[in-house]
Amino acid sequence: MSAGPLAELSATPAPSAPARAGTAGPSPAPTPPRGLAGARHLLSMADLDAGGIEEVLRVADHLGEVVHRSIPRVQALRGRTVVSLFAEESTRTRMSFETAARRMSADVLTFNAATSSVKKGESLRDTVETVAAMGVDAFVVRHPAAGAPALVSRWVDAHVVNAGDGWHEHPTQALLDCYTIRQVRAEADGVPLPSAGVGCFAGLRVGIVGDVRHSRVARSLVLALGTLGAQVTLIAPGTLLPPSPAGWPVAAVSSDLDPVLPELDVVYLLRLQLERGTGEYLPSAREYTAGFGLTARRAACLRPGAVIMHAGPMNRGVEIAAEVADAAGSAVLRQVTNGVAVRMAVLYLLLTGEEALGADELGRSLGVAGA
Amino acid sequence: MTSAPGTVVVRGGTVVDATGTRRADVLVADGVVAAVKEGLEVPAGATVLDAADCLVSPGLVDLHAHLRQPGAEEAECVETGSRAAALGGYTAVVAMPNTDPPIDSASVATEVLALGEAALCRVAVAGAITVGRAGTRLAPMAELAALGVRLFTDDGAGVQDAGVMRRALEYARGLGVTLGQHCEVDALAAGGHMHEGARSSRLGVPGIPAEAEELMVARDIALARMTGGRVHFLHLSTARSLAMVAAAKAEGLAVTAEVTPHHLTFTDERLTGYDALFKVNPPLRTDEDVAALRAGCAAGQVDAVATDHAPHPPEAKDAPLAEAPPGMLGLETALAATLAALGPAPGAGMRIEDVLALLSWRPAAVAGLDAAHGGDQGGPVAPGMAANLCVLDPALAWEVDPARLASRSRNTPWAGSKLTGRARHTILRGEPVVFDGAAQR
Repeated sequence: MSAGPLAELSATPAPSAPARAGTAGPSPAPTPPRGLAGARHLLSMADLDAGGIEEVLRVADHLGEVVHRSIPRVQALRGRTVVSLFAEESTRTRMSFETAARRMSADVLTFNAATSSVKKGESLRDTVETVAAMGVDAFVVRHPAAGAPALVSRWVDAHVVNAGDGWHEHPTQALLDCYTIRQVRAEADGVPLPSAGVGCFAGLRVGIVGDVRHSRVARSLVLALGTLGAQVTLIAPGTLLPPSPAGWPVAAVSSDLDPVLPELDVVYLLRLQLERGTGEYLPSAREYTAGFGLTARRAACLRPGAVIMHAGPMNRGVEIAAEVADAAGSAVLRQVTNGVAVRMAVLYLLLTGEEALGADELGRSLGVAGA
Repeated sequence: MTSAPGTVVVRGGTVVDATGTRRADVLVADGVVAAVKEGLEVPAGATVLDAADCLVSPGLVDLHAHLRQPGAEEAECVETGSRAAALGGYTAVVAMPNTDPPIDSASVATEVLALGEAALCRVAVAGAITVGRAGTRLAPMAELAALGVRLFTDDGAGVQDAGVMRRALEYARGLGVTLGQHCEVDALAAGGHMHEGARSSRLGVPGIPAEAEELMVARDIALARMTGGRVHFLHLSTARSLAMVAAAKAEGLAVTAEVTPHHLTFTDERLTGYDALFKVNPPLRTDEDVAALRAGCAAGQVDAVATDHAPHPPEAKDAPLAEAPPGMLGLETALAATLAALGPAPGAGMRIEDVLALLSWRPAAVAGLDAAHGGDQGGPVAPGMAANLCVLDPALAWEVDPARLASRSRNTPWAGSKLTGRARHTILRGEPVVFDGAAQR
């Protein structure tokens, strides 16, 4: 490849060097604070620095509590309108976002572009501007083309949350994954969650296994974990690695899972699009499973306490064995649960802007409201 | 005022052509250069074109313009494209055949040539190599050559099948025509929207690897050697493509190559905001490629700078990368952009006359439009030659306002850019079709 040692490699600003947890040193003068409160959009994990990620996780701690109430709803986004604009089917992500918005009393409009005017030839821009004209505070955008949420953010005044664009990014998935890792680590260490920072990520060894090339989940997760100081290894057959991972904050890239597996604190399995196993990218799904599936035999090689994660939906028996998915070390269902709380936090911070309460203040506020 | 129709004096400029550079006025009468010397007297009633601080060059010649007619007149037509060309200093363009229907028959070629009769520049047409540009059956090249077509290409697509390309070159050799290749192996490039590399990997955008171009360049050099046919490589974009072409030229093969102003200027860094204005085929590549293309121009390995002027209506470009068509405007900005990329520092450091060679007389030769081929383009500026001239001010600073472009489309990557250098007057067969930067019809 002719991509040589370019000076300015990454598309969005390169993830900042791993910040030492707990130290909030003065950032360089021209860099704006990279958190969500006061930000316009969440398009990429590169939009957040370590402090910004920690803020989302800690706000999610408090908003997640709402779920356990007899009436799981607060007024935080009352009067706000959130549109979920899905130009690609994704029932799980859409339901997670819509549940998050409703739990904060936002009005939710569902625009299923896969079955509406877009099919009739209306352009994405016209669709978005038409919906925006109805008075909308935020768009949650899922689109099969990389960059579509970034375009939407230029066309409307509303906030935009990227809910997955092509192979590019899926930042709320990365945030809920970070939330889940932090939750599991805090429990293991006996630390109450609201006081846990993001120090647990420093040096954390994470293996991301599978179709990295076509995975928006992987791109966001790599950025998030890099920002938080984790040691990430990408593990995939050569056809499923990105053409050039130059500039990615990863410690290693490998096509051999077995030697890496015993070293990992977290093994993160990516969904295999089964059509990849038809001879074009892989000889067969069976051969993939033989080399890269987390079988019971392989799971037995994991360190005690290692966490098994998957963004779902799972292909049981392909990238993960059924008994592994359901085993004690699996955090798969926690990821789903945490998705709602993290998306509540993202919407809350973006939509309330500068008025957003800090995590501690929010906790006190919700505590009073719930009393 | 006594009128002397067709008499024009270009006064006070510096004449530049393949024969050299000298201070001279130029007298044009009846569409032909009548005199070239300093201090010419102005005949009564002649139109005087001020050329102070300007260069007087043979009109620019574009080997690669998509005029979109017939079939996509909402994007461009021969009239508007030719007006854009004239404003850019061009007196001839080669219209690409990927129209709808494509220029793969005498009837369509005749239609486009007829539209060109009233245009603001000479409109030559390129014919398709294969019927429907489908890459399987040879188009009626002899029938098209009889209409004056000298360049054939399936541009927009490369001829994928090596056997078809071999036969096409053998057939073309007998006709004395040149085959232009859009070098792109579909098996590697299909589905891609930008250069494949670190940036595409990060952005999650399917890529078009450099090798997709380079493999076809290598193949067609081999086929040129095998058949003795002439190959013109369209819009080369990678360092290794150019190196292969340079080696083929050194070997004495009949190959020529063009590069575009945008590939001499931009890299894939422009795609980081997913702005489809910068989606183009071949894609914008790396800093190393830009540097190599510039160096190749300076070293004489490149025969022409061609625009690949590719108009698209605004709604087509106002879309995600995966949905937007590739291509960008070029005719009105090529001169300034090329001067910036290749001219004196901070460009490649070429002399301005050598830059003009790449924009005028060398492409005229590739297209068979120059005097050596019985044509009227590319100069020299000498008595008896057709008066197709460009009077350009290399120091004129201007800002690109898409709304003021003559093209029917607005997809210029230079929108809002401040450029230096512009055609002041353009003379087509003795007629000042552009006067003081304004199109006269």
